[in-house]
Amino acid sequence: MKINSPLEAYKYLPGTNCAVCGEQTCMAFAAHLIDRSKKLSDCTPMLEDKFRKKLDQLQGLLAPEIRQVEIGVGEKTLKIGGDDVLYRHKLTFFNQTVLAYDVWDTMEEKDLVERVEKIRDFKKFYVGNFLTVDMVAVRCTSDDPKRFASAVKKVIETTDMPIVLCSFNPEMLKAGLEVAKDRNPLLYAANKDNWQEVAALALEYDVPVTLFAPNDLDLLKSLAKTFAEMGTEKLVLDPGTFPSGKQLKQTFNNFIKVRRAGIDGDREIAYPLMAVPLTAWMVHDDPVSASYWETVIASVFTIKYGDIMILHSIEPYAMLPELHIRDTIYTDPRKPVTVDPAMYKIGSPTKDSPVFVTTNFALTYYTVESDISSNKIDCYLWAIDTDGIGVEAAVAGGQLTAAKIKKGIESSGFSMKDDTSHNTIILPGLAARLQGDVEDETGSRVLIGPADSGRIPGWLEKNWPPKK
Amino acid sequence: MTQKMKLTQLTEMLQELNIESLEGVTIEGDIELNITGGGGLNPALAYALGSEISQISLHMANIGRMLGFPAEQLFASAFGMGAMPETQVPALGAAPGIQELLASKFEVSKMENWNNPIQEVTLGATSADGGSRKNTVTIGGENALPYYFDAAMPHRNYVTMDVFDMPIGMAKAVKSNYEDVINDPAEWAKKVVRDFNADMVTIHLISTDPLIKDTSARDAAKVVEDVLQAVKVPIVIGGSGNPEKDPEVLEKAAEVAAGERVLLASASLNLDYERIAKAAVEHGHVVLSWTQLEINAQKELNRKLMKQCKVPRDSIVMDPTTAALGYGLDYAYTNMERIRLAGLMGDNELTFPMSSGTTNAWGARESWMVSSPLKQDSDWGPREYRGPIWEIVTGLALSLAGNDMFMMMHPTSVQVLKEITQTLYGSIETEELDISNWVGAEV
Repeated sequence: MKINSPLEAYKYLPGTNCAVCGEQTCMAFAAHLIDRSKKLSDCTPMLEDKFRKKLDQLQGLLAPEIRQVEIGVGEKTLKIGGDDVLYRHKLTFFNQTVLAYDVWDTMEEKDLVERVEKIRDFKKFYVGNFLTVDMVAVRCTSDDPKRFASAVKKVIETTDMPIVLCSFNPEMLKAGLEVAKDRNPLLYAANKDNWQEVAALALEYDVPVTLFAPNDLDLLKSLAKTFAEMGTEKLVLDPGTFPSGKQLKQTFNNFIKVRRAGIDGDREIAYPLMAVPLTAWMVHDDPVSASYWETVIASVFTIKYGDIMILHSIEPYAMLPELHIRDTIYTDPRKPVTVDPAMYKIGSPTKDSPVFVTTNFALTYYTVESDISSNKIDCYLWAIDTDGIGVEAAVAGGQLTAAKIKKGIESSGFSMKDDTSHNTIILPGLAARLQGDVEDETGSRVLIGPADSGRIPGWLEKNWPPKK
Repeated sequence: MTQKMKLTQLTEMLQELNIESLEGVTIEGDIELNITGGGGLNPALAYALGSEISQISLHMANIGRMLGFPAEQLFASAFGMGAMPETQVPALGAAPGIQELLASKFEVSKMENWNNPIQEVTLGATSADGGSRKNTVTIGGENALPYYFDAAMPHRNYVTMDVFDMPIGMAKAVKSNYEDVINDPAEWAKKVVRDFNADMVTIHLISTDPLIKDTSARDAAKVVEDVLQAVKVPIVIGGSGNPEKDPEVLEKAAEVAAGERVLLASASLNLDYERIAKAAVEHGHVVLSWTQLEINAQKELNRKLMKQCKVPRDSIVMDPTTAALGYGLDYAYTNMERIRLAGLMGDNELTFPMSSGTTNAWGARESWMVSSPLKQDSDWGPREYRGPIWEIVTGLALSLAGNDMFMMMHPTSVQVLKEITQTLYGSIETEELDISNWVGAEV
């Protein structure tokens, strides 16, 4: 983005405060354009002819430094790139790293379908949503266009996830494209030898294409420049992912250099970046070591500027951390990390329902909340104001104390004596040391719950209702 | 207009331009222009020749445009580079395109505003410096974000492994490594150095907590002496986290470890940090300045340690708090990254090396639970593989945010974290790998 203050964007807006965009004033809308929480297209008056020139100018000024590239079609369309900053706290990172897991065309058809189904169906519940992976990368290992086409066909029949077609042989890519052309697949890849033919395919089929120049940033930039001249900016750059030793250190710095140059305004190289942690499998024979190392490399390039990556291991111990580190980096740091301190009703609690204490740290709260509600437990959940710190740290740091809990109870308007039949508070297992203090402060009976809220259902079976 | 043009037509077109007046220019069947004798031309003739050729190329470009090729872009880019386009013309009917890659040089500038180095801090003291450690560990000294090309990182990352003064609850995958030493902190310390390649050892005096065993500071100090006897690496001494008891416990520990330059963990704003700082200064130790995910609190505590308690700059390490992957790591990561960037850009209240309680990763249920408590989740797979990678990724993320030292628990995690951080640091040599055809690799 070439501008960074709402005033600079405001100059181009109609200035009528018509509120069509949902904001009261054009200035407020301008502020949202700058923090990228609203789109220019939300301002429909700007679409009028008289604003045409200003619209174009403002669009240019607001365009992200790193180009945004789309892969796939319809609801499953993935966007990659589109970033404006080098550090997430400066704004936020946009378009989370796309995770593509591979299949190859020399697999037995049954195995291929089974693998695609695993990739498609993998999910993990987290803070109100399911974390899932995004794509299937089809590698041509047969060197047989028919075989490749048939593998691509099988993948498409099994999932509507977007796909990457992987081969350095344009003949193979063309065979894949013939089958997958309606899915807007990503081509992988053009290199120094095949670039003319791959460019012709990318232009003919109008699909995004990856440029591959292992550890050669001059070549990478030449390729990008040449492809742009030929008429496509739907490009993804792969500077090569070397999986070990000094080559990996070099890879790390290549990613940093390319992204820094792009954010600094070098348009010729300002495209999304691809990492290929799969190369870890070329240096590790043992599958656990390879999976671990692949996950390690994936983590490095999720944090440092990889916008899309191709992975091999579909073991949960690889996919779970990959999904979580991505969520970590792409969580918007501007969104609050706390929930309002209050007494929350989960399900339809009655006077006999248990009362659980937790903190107002959003992650803690939502974890406990989802553990309770997904097990259909009716109860009260008390989010105590710990300045957004989790239970264990808040007990250690003095943000979760008996006094805080008492204050939380009083300010919620909830009465343990009148609103429950049992006058019993259940503390988190990690706050066990507060038991005596809380009893003294509140006059309620205090039970110690499990250290992990995932164990609440089992704990309740043994401990609820409380013995008289 | 026909889309195809025959060579004869082209020749006719060239003839209209008095092409015959140009000596040394021939047109061959595959539409190549060959120019010979360039070196022997006199300047006037060369100029005339150049003019004619340019005219021809314009006409040729027009032909290209008739055929649908965006010749103007080619010209723009070619002259932008200051080089003449190749005289070779694409074969007619081929895909539109450029025949040679456009030359380009990648350039990127180094960061200009990172000009304030991070403080170097040395832990441990050898006999030459009044201690009994066999080696010391120096952290900090960075002039850039870790592993960046802007400036070489002076010291690698170090791992200190946790030892407790009594048996504690641990994830099964962790516990299985320590069952033989769980009642003997000295043996435990020996084991992590000997078998698990720990750079340092942290002895946590948790039994001193009045709510646990209320072990006296004097008895706790004996454990510290045992550990100092058992291993020759630098050590960290941790209290129980009880704000009333810790100052007393750490004072006593600092006293018996006098001269060993241990790291005292920790001074924080919610206890009498002055007593801990004073004990460190008096006995030649380093203070761990611990705050909870709040950059301003970190500044405040560091300032108090320096100004109020007179702790020298080379005797402060920060612990800005580690939250596990999936449990606030986003916050911990960015907090550390902001602290490090602020330090590099000149905030002298934040230019200290950092330490992470990476062991906190084992608090994440993903690291230790047998399976997901939620039925809708996909299978989580075997937990003995899930746990270590959780600790690794938590630590790795923070290493990229600038963390220098890691307090860890699982041997596999330690091994992998050391390997990746030292790879990025540049001290791991491996055989070079050719990845140019990775797509076809059998994996």
